[in-house]
Amino acid sequence: MAPHPVDRPLISAHQLTKQFGDFTAVGGIDFEVRAGEAFGFLGPNGAGKSSTMRMIGCVSPPSAGTLRILGLDPAADGPQIRGRLGVVPQRDTLDEELTVRENILVYGRYFGLPRSVVRERAAELLDFAQLTDRADSIVEPLSGGMKRRLTIARSLVNNPELLLLDEPTTGLDPQARHVLWDRLFRLKRSGVTLVLTTHYMDEAEQLCDRLVVMDGGRIVAEGSPRQLIAEHATREVLELRFPADDHAAYAVKLDGLVPRIEVLPDRLLLYTEDGDTTAKAVHDRGLAPLSVLARRSTLEDVFLHLTGRTLID
Amino acid sequence: MNAAQRVARTVPIPAGAGMARALVERNVRAYKHGWITLLSGFFEPIFYLFSLGVGLGALIGEIDAGGGRAVAYASFVAPALMASAAMNGAVFDSTFNVFFKLKYQKLYDSVLSTPLGPRDVAVGEIGWALIRGLLYSTVFLFVAAVSGAVESWWGLLAVPAATLIGFAFAAVGMALTTFMRTWQDFEYVNLAILPMFLFSATFFPLATYPGVLQWVVQATPLYHGVALTRELMLGDIGSGILVHVLYLAVMGLAGVIASAHRVERLLLR
Repeated sequence: MAPHPVDRPLISAHQLTKQFGDFTAVGGIDFEVRAGEAFGFLGPNGAGKSSTMRMIGCVSPPSAGTLRILGLDPAADGPQIRGRLGVVPQRDTLDEELTVRENILVYGRYFGLPRSVVRERAAELLDFAQLTDRADSIVEPLSGGMKRRLTIARSLVNNPELLLLDEPTTGLDPQARHVLWDRLFRLKRSGVTLVLTTHYMDEAEQLCDRLVVMDGGRIVAEGSPRQLIAEHATREVLELRFPADDHAAYAVKLDGLVPRIEVLPDRLLLYTEDGDTTAKAVHDRGLAPLSVLARRSTLEDVFLHLTGRTLID
Repeated sequence: MNAAQRVARTVPIPAGAGMARALVERNVRAYKHGWITLLSGFFEPIFYLFSLGVGLGALIGEIDAGGGRAVAYASFVAPALMASAAMNGAVFDSTFNVFFKLKYQKLYDSVLSTPLGPRDVAVGEIGWALIRGLLYSTVFLFVAAVSGAVESWWGLLAVPAATLIGFAFAAVGMALTTFMRTWQDFEYVNLAILPMFLFSATFFPLATYPGVLQWVVQATPLYHGVALTRELMLGDIGSGILVHVLYLAVMGLAGVIASAHRVERLLLR
C-alpha cells in the first residue's frame, strides 16, 4: 500500500449527496479533512451528520457526488479503506457475548491481524482505555463511560490513520466526558486524524481544529471555532431573564442598544462587544431583569445566528 | 488478486474480503462462554435414537426400507434423526442466533465497519453453523454405529451428508431471518420445521403415503436430506444420491447469495 501523500487531503468530498427515497439526508456538501487535524460536524439531530459519517466509513454508498478517502474511492476500494479507518459509532456495538479483552482481540482479527499482534495491541489499548482491571469481565455490567472507552479502544486496534467518532460523548456524565476528551487529545497528539460529529458546543470547541456547521443536510458555515465565533457572533453575549412569559416585548424596549437581539422563550440574548457595559445600559433604560449573565460567545450562538434555532431542542 | 476476489468480481454476489473465518473465530470464542448450548445439541438426537430407535424399535422389529429390503427399525430411523438434527441445529443457529445478532446486538454493524463485507457475514455465519453440525453429526454417527444402527461403511459419508443438509438449511434460514421483524415471526419457522421433522419419511417409509402426498413429501428439502443419509448408512448406493446432493447444494448456494444480498440491503444503506 503506497503511503498517502502529505499534501493531499485525507478526505475530500464534492457535492456529496445521500438520499433515502424522497428524503435528502445530505444535500450536496463539499469539505476536506487534512492529515493530523481534528475535524467536526456540528449540527442538531437530523442535520445529516451521521449519514455523512456512514458514507465516510464506507458503509453507505453516496447517492451522488464524489468522495475520496485516503485517496481511494469507497465504491471500489471499500475494504481497503475500512482497513485503515477506526469507527466509533453513535450507539455502542460492543460484542456482549465476549469479554472486554476479547472484544479487542476479535475486532483485531476482523482486520486480518495476526493473533500475536492483536494480543499485544489489546494489552496496550486496555491500558489506554483504563480498563486493564476489567479485561476479563463481560461487557454488559460496564458503565456507559467504560463501554464508550472500550469502543474507542477497539476502534484503534488496527492503528487507524483516520478515526471517525459519531457523537462520542452523547449520554455520558460530565466526568466520563472529560476522561474521554483526555483520551481523544492524546490520540490527536499522537498524529491520528479525528473526524467527529457532535451537537455539544463545548465538545466542538474543546476538540475541533476546524468544523462545519450542518443544518438540514447542508453546510451552513465552516472554519475554526474561533473564526466562526468572530464571523457570526460578537465577542460577548448578555443573557437577560425577565419576569414575563413573552420576552419579545422586552426586546422592543431594548431596541437600538446592541446590533442584534435574539429572543428565546425564556430569555433574551444581546450580542455585544462588552457585556458589562451593555448590562449597565439596560439598567439605565429603567429595566430590571430577574437575572443578568454576561458571557463569552460560543458556537451555540453561532448556530443560533445561522439557523435561528438552538441546537438541542 | 486471489481466486476468491476473482469469483467475487464475476458473480453477482455482494462484496466480501474473503475474511469470513474471522467471524467464525468470533463465534467459537462466544461459544466458549456458552458451551452448555453446544452440549445440548449433542444429546438431543442421541436421546431420540435410544427412545425411538432402540426403545420403540424393539416393538416394531424390522421395517421395509424400500425395494423390499427389511432392516431393523433403529437402522431405519437413525439416519433420519441424524438428518433432522442437522436441520434443527442449522436452523436454530441461523435464525434465532442470527436474528439476535442482527437486531439487538448489532454485531454485523460493527463487523461491516471493518474490511469484512456482507458476503463474509453470510459465509461466516453459515460456515459456523456447518462446523457445529459437523461436530454433532460425527458424535451421533459414532453413537449410532456403536448401537448397531449403521449397516454399511458408506455410512461414514453420512457426516459430510449431514453437513450438506446443515448448509442448505442454515443458508435458507439466514436469508429468511433477514425478513423477520419480531420474535413472533419465528413461529413460522417452527410451523415449517416441525411437520418436516415428522413427515419427511423420517419415522416411516415414503411408501406409507398415498400417491399424491408422496410427491409433496419428495418436494421438501428434509426428505432429500433423510433419503441421502439413509441411503448412505444402509449402503444403498444409487444415482438417486446425486439428485439429493444437487437439491441441497442448490438450496444452500441460493441461500448464501440471498443472505449476503439481504445483509447488504439492510445494513449498507
